Amino acid sequence: MSETRGFYSLWLRELKRFVRDRTRIVTSFVQPVLWLVIFAAAFATRFVGSLPADLNFRQFLLPGIIGQTILFTAMFMGINVIWDKEFGFMKEILVSPVSRLTIFLGKMVGDSTDAFLQGIIVFVIGLAIGIPVKPITLLYALPILMLISFGLVSIGLTIASFISNLEGFGAIQTFVNLPLFFLSGALFPLKGGALPTWLTDVAAWNPLTYGVDALRHVMLGNAWTPLQVQPLWVDIGFVALFDGIMIVIGTWAFTRMK
Amino acid sequence: MFQLLEENEKMPHVIETIQLTKEYNSVKAVDNLNITVESGEIFALLGPNGAGKTTTISMLCTILKPTSGTATVNGFDIVKEPNNVRESIGIVFQDPSIDDRLTGRENLQMHANLYGVPASEQTDRINRILKLIELEDRADDLMRTYSGGMRRRLELGRGLIHYPKVLFLDEPTVGLDPQTRDHIWKYIRDLKEAHDITVVLTTHYMDEADRLSDRIAIMDYGKIVILDTPNKLKETLEGDVVVVRANNISALSELVTKWLGFNQKQVVDGALEITVRNGKVAMPRIMELATQNNVYVESILLREPNLEDVFLHYTGRNIREDTSRELHGLSAARRRQIK
Repeated sequence: MSETRGFYSLWLRELKRFVRDRTRIVTSFVQPVLWLVIFAAAFATRFVGSLPADLNFRQFLLPGIIGQTILFTAMFMGINVIWDKEFGFMKEILVSPVSRLTIFLGKMVGDSTDAFLQGIIVFVIGLAIGIPVKPITLLYALPILMLISFGLVSIGLTIASFISNLEGFGAIQTFVNLPLFFLSGALFPLKGGALPTWLTDVAAWNPLTYGVDALRHVMLGNAWTPLQVQPLWVDIGFVALFDGIMIVIGTWAFTRMK
Repeated sequence: MFQLLEENEKMPHVIETIQLTKEYNSVKAVDNLNITVESGEIFALLGPNGAGKTTTISMLCTILKPTSGTATVNGFDIVKEPNNVRESIGIVFQDPSIDDRLTGRENLQMHANLYGVPASEQTDRINRILKLIELEDRADDLMRTYSGGMRRRLELGRGLIHYPKVLFLDEPTVGLDPQTRDHIWKYIRDLKEAHDITVVLTTHYMDEADRLSDRIAIMDYGKIVILDTPNKLKETLEGDVVVVRANNISALSELVTKWLGFNQKQVVDGALEITVRNGKVAMPRIMELATQNNVYVESILLREPNLEDVFLHYTGRNIREDTSRELHGLSAARRRQIK
């Protein structure tokens, strides 16, 4: 019982901190707009041949940018752990009778909720700037957004549990964020184009590849099928497997944290 | 029946350490510690920074594992039953440990949830604690708007939300101004009375140990040097302190040792403090000796020994002399102030 309440309070704390951080919410609008307006305008013509006729580049790009937003937000959440360590609040949590598994899950689900909300914001931005996506598909996308967040947040929390200063985390974050982003097919289709095989081989090991692919399945419908990396259920299976592995690693990392 | 009574009479100590030891790279930070703390007392571990106080408390709170030996807290073994120990104690750390992006009340609520306080009791307990630490009117403000003293008060109150039997305070007033320290001491005593708990605190402030605690253990290099009530400790010195100001302190210091045999001396703020058995007899002798050797005495006065003298007597050092260790304390104090 006390574990449930511990989990709830940890989750609630992350949510409250997110909602109160107005600057971050406002700035979170900026990056997706830049990608969806400027990048899309500049590169749309270059992809004309490689996309099916019934898909335009901005439609294709939107799920990728949602995935990118979740990735960046999730990794950013690690910073909160380092702040908590720096300013002592982590001690208050760690010495409480709540188990480390619960502490990890509470933080992880709380941070995932934040990442998930950011993903929804990008979806709405996409609609607002006139990208032709059916609003109803947001409903199907929700569970996938949550599923992607779990694993990625776990990466951020695991790395943060090993590192004690913000600078160090910033440096490592760059090594994780950008490769995962560029190698996920978020910006260009992995199938159909004449991509080097080393690139597609590496992308096949990237969990975000399957997250973004799953999002495209539900948001673009049958139009996406010709370019799919895997069928929807395979995508979901891979992401869920990745989540499971990361949760085990993350719990282990939190158990050894002092 | 008789046996039952006898069992009751032998109430176990709230805390008992048995050869408790912690080594870092073969240096013994805590060295075979054997102490007992009784129910309802305020027990102080006094010593310079680096003496092993925080290490001791951390082991009792199950944050650190002892290298050897063990201890019981509320009857639970700190090595074998850490979870039971944690549920029955409250901890206020040396460094701040609040979330300043939450309100005071939210910090208390979160603590109550982490320690499994039933939801039906939470509001009531939190309101009562807020009243005790006099933060009712600021309870719903974000804690980043609180002053250092207010944050400290909230941390003290928070440690009591789950009704612990023992409250551990690690350097409760480091980095706070004198007036706030005075307040915090009052709150600690009030909280102790209101909740009928045992308090264990560490400090390197003499006045804090003297004014707050029922018993003091002076700790140095990981060992207890002496343990007694503040008054008994001062009485053990059996004598007076003669404070002399003169134009040549070092010469006078050598003279009193050479001719009068006074060995317990220290220089505090430019004055020579000599601990002697009978101050009234010693004073004219010191005056006479100074005059004969052309040392000009500016002032001379007699006072009762304080804890500082006790510390000097038992460790051979002044608690303030140790500058390398003092740096530790300063950086801790600074960390607190930055917040």
